[in-house]
Amino acid sequence: MATTVGVVIFPGTNCEMDAMSSVERLGGIGRLLWHADDDLGDVDAVIVPGGFAHGDYLRPGAIARFSPVMGAVARFAADGGPVVGICNGFQVLTEAGLLPGALQKNVGLKFLCQPTTLRVETTGSILTRRAEVGDQLSVPINHFEGNYTCNDEMLARLRDEDRVVLRYVDNPNGSVDDIAGVCNESRNVVGLMPHPERACDDLLGSADGAVLLGSLLDAA
Amino acid sequence: MRFDVVVDVRLRGGIADPAGATIERALSALGYEGVTEVSVGKTVRFTIEAADATEATTQAEDLCASFLTNPVIEDASVTVEAAG
Repeated sequence: MATTVGVVIFPGTNCEMDAMSSVERLGGIGRLLWHADDDLGDVDAVIVPGGFAHGDYLRPGAIARFSPVMGAVARFAADGGPVVGICNGFQVLTEAGLLPGALQKNVGLKFLCQPTTLRVETTGSILTRRAEVGDQLSVPINHFEGNYTCNDEMLARLRDEDRVVLRYVDNPNGSVDDIAGVCNESRNVVGLMPHPERACDDLLGSADGAVLLGSLLDAA
Repeated sequence: MRFDVVVDVRLRGGIADPAGATIERALSALGYEGVTEVSVGKTVRFTIEAADATEATTQAEDLCASFLTNPVIEDASVTVEAAG
């Protein structure tokens, strides 16, 4: 039976159809989940997609974190369900405490919309099990607040526990230790700033994102 | 009693402040020499109902920690005054 992936929509989310399309292209079934619902139904995995949830007011993700759906996402994650937050979705997951650290404004204060090259740093996450360590993937970024930061103690933990999932080969935004994506302790929640759902077809310039989202489908 | 609360949110020490750095460079370019330590934060103002100033401060600090700031990157100071 095909894997069902829930795609969360907050007011202001704008990448949900890209996520749905890439899930279905990879053989899964996408199901939109409205932020005001506190039940995920019988989904096998969850994507929190990009956009500007609740207008990014106060801070990106600060208000989205209190949407009823996030309680359900937290329970799903606690039960081991695979969850990936992309771009604004990554910001939401850090604000919700499902991932460590925070995303601050890009060094250089520019909104960045460009292809980036990512290096796979671990295959022990729900987003990278189809990859090999050292693989380089071309995946675009599209953000203003993508500069990952955390305190020194957390950074040491992320390294020691092999929780840096992806690094930028050429750091575009000032992220500490070139971090583009991290996972939680249980390795079933991953956040990344680049957009794999925008790189699932050669027509878009790269299909490398399919390795990542295909891994998510395998993990579900 | 009602209290006026002002929350001053700023980036923690050691967190890069690209907005502050850009303003500092711009000030220098405009000829304002000797301006340093520029930082950019935000201010949130509201009024709150509480028995006394201590309770108002406790409430305000609590909602700062849980919502108004992200403690990973931000600090805040809270000022409470009886509403005029």
